[in-house]
Amino acid sequence: MTSRPALAAPPMLTFDELYGSVGVLGLKFSDKVKALAGQTVAMRGFMAPPLKAEASFFVLTEIPMSLCPFCSSDADWPDNIVVVYLDAKQTFVQPNTTIEVVGTLEYGSWTDPETGFVSLLRLRGADFEAV
Amino acid sequence: MRKMLLALAATTMLTGAAQAATVYPLDRATILAGSPFDFKVEFKENVKPEDVKITVNGQDYKAVFGSDVTFTEAEVGKDDKKLGSAVTLRKLMIAAPGEYTVEASAGDEKKAVTWTVYATPAEPKVKNVIFMLGDGLSVAHRTAARIMSKHMTEGKADGRLNLDDVDLRAFIGTSATDSIATDSANTMSAYMTGHKTAVNAIGVYADRTPDSLDDPRVENIAEALRRTTKKSIGIVTGAEVEDATPAAVVSHTRRRADKADIVGMLYDVKPEVLLGGGSAYFLPKETPGSKRKDDKDFVAMFKDAGYALATDKNELEAASGTNTGKILGLFHTGNMDVTLDRDFLKKGTVDKFPNQPGLVEMTKVALGELSKNQDGFFLMVEGASVDKMSHPMDWERAIVETIEFDKTIGLVREFIKTHPDTLLVVTGDHTHGISLIGTIDDEKPGDDMREKVGVYEKAGFPNYKDENGDGYPDSVDVSRRLAIFANNFPDYYETFRPKLDGPFQPSVQNEKKEYVANEAYKDVPGAVLRIGNLPRSSDTAVHAVDDVVLQAVGPGADEFKGYMEQSDVYRVLVDAMALAPAKN
Ligand SMILES: [Zn+2]
Repeated sequence: MTSRPALAAPPMLTFDELYGSVGVLGLKFSDKVKALAGQTVAMRGFMAPPLKAEASFFVLTEIPMSLCPFCSSDADWPDNIVVVYLDAKQTFVQPNTTIEVVGTLEYGSWTDPETGFVSLLRLRGADFEAV
Repeated sequence: MRKMLLALAATTMLTGAAQAATVYPLDRATILAGSPFDFKVEFKENVKPEDVKITVNGQDYKAVFGSDVTFTEAEVGKDDKKLGSAVTLRKLMIAAPGEYTVEASAGDEKKAVTWTVYATPAEPKVKNVIFMLGDGLSVAHRTAARIMSKHMTEGKADGRLNLDDVDLRAFIGTSATDSIATDSANTMSAYMTGHKTAVNAIGVYADRTPDSLDDPRVENIAEALRRTTKKSIGIVTGAEVEDATPAAVVSHTRRRADKADIVGMLYDVKPEVLLGGGSAYFLPKETPGSKRKDDKDFVAMFKDAGYALATDKNELEAASGTNTGKILGLFHTGNMDVTLDRDFLKKGTVDKFPNQPGLVEMTKVALGELSKNQDGFFLMVEGASVDKMSHPMDWERAIVETIEFDKTIGLVREFIKTHPDTLLVVTGDHTHGISLIGTIDDEKPGDDMREKVGVYEKAGFPNYKDENGDGYPDSVDVSRRLAIFANNFPDYYETFRPKLDGPFQPSVQNEKKEYVANEAYKDVPGAVLRIGNLPRSSDTAVHAVDDVVLQAVGPGADEFKGYMEQSDVYRVLVDAMALAPAKN
């Protein structure tokens, strides 16, 4: 159980809806992301293992993550990740499990002050549950 | 015997004697005459500067090295760990060929190394060198590519790969300075500098300090060409252009993951032709999709430096007519999609990047541009995803990549017909634990996929077709297909089938950073869980330590023979181009 208030279900945002265009010279946020910015939204995806145990955020990915230490570095995340900042600590969910995250949508480049992790899309004040 | 060793060890401890310092370049290094390199001695203890003695062939080092070393009293490691004293001398250069024995000592510590400084013939044998690297290319890749592309009747191949007619020359040992097992950074670095180094390192010896950009550098082929010739330089890859293999042509870092820095090093060298993926590290931080942490816009910087920019197949075609002489082609934010996805299945990220060129098209444009230079060129072509698809054991994608690499060899061999003053080298950088053992035959009875694996005479011949004669199978999903397995793997679901929905992802990471089988494949009919034989920290199948095969044609190719260290290959390349002409 989560402590979500029993309000109307927040609008669902899918990974396919994050960017209006994807190209070699950059990505453009979708109109839906711009319209929902600052509002509470729900997203479904997979929880990547935390970068550091003490990190205050985790990365939400469209498919379960498999990082290769030699073919890629920790920086080589897919383009369409979302960084999730939790309101309260929650335990890691097994990697083959889909989760639903609810939080306030924020977009634009932002560098996490503790880890230097650069993100483009964030869900703040979030919580999640397995679905 | 054991007793004696123990006794010896005890004596050593008691007297605290003769700890070994470390000298870079390491013992048995081979160094191109006149090439700049960094010299470093690491002492295990803190020593006094006046106690440091360095001799070269018995003389004081300054007579040979020309200048003074810089003394660091205490190097500091992670968590302020004291590492000991060090001396360094950057960009040292030795012009006269010969054997150089360097002895360094301070206090109880002592180390002697011998380097071979070599010149090249006075006259070049070729104008151009084309170095084609199938990343991870192993014997099974080529056998499987031959059978899948050309087919087989009554035990004889129905056709030959282009690879089959490039003269076989040598077995190459790929091991690193710190390990028998190896990766694409240190292996390509050995080819491109003539020095072996540690896993993950490029263009440097791996020193003990945590900074990945301060390690002792050695000259790479691009720098040697810029220093001594007016030749053009080209780099073509299906990977990110800042990935380890292309990076090793131009860069210096202890950590191949320093991709943002590697782009800066690509910019410093400015290869005339640079084609591949990896635009994310060229874009400033503010641009969505960037993986940089600064505001540098390398796309704009390359354009300002006179480069024609291409971001898809059509723009590449247009750029090939450029008269600026310089082309930057970036066709993906990350690694480019593989041939099977690009041209056949339309999976992977082909929906986002629908018009990516292939390796043949990129190499054709590169040859057209580079061959305009009267002084010749050096071109590195990488078939990157032979490796990138062998790691996840996606055999159909890996073999189709091998066929594409082979078609590119065909294009290059055509070029050589009209440009005989070219040395062509075709090789891998390391191998994979891959073997072709028979077929998988859907017509065999039952649902148990394991019983459909045909071995010995029950394998028969696969039934791939190539009606349009393009060299690629019309479908990889045929009823009797190649049975290829890796000899090492993480936990994964074996499906015995091609992955038609996108590249295989055998395992995923859990919260303990262990890799477990990806359950997305659990319900594929006939899938079975295979418990891995690799440590649980391994996400995919790993590189093999087996030798790689080197093939070469053209003037100078006969210098390759027998067993060679990967670092010996560099000497053949620089000999062919006479980059350090012997004076007599
Ligand atoms: Zn690899």
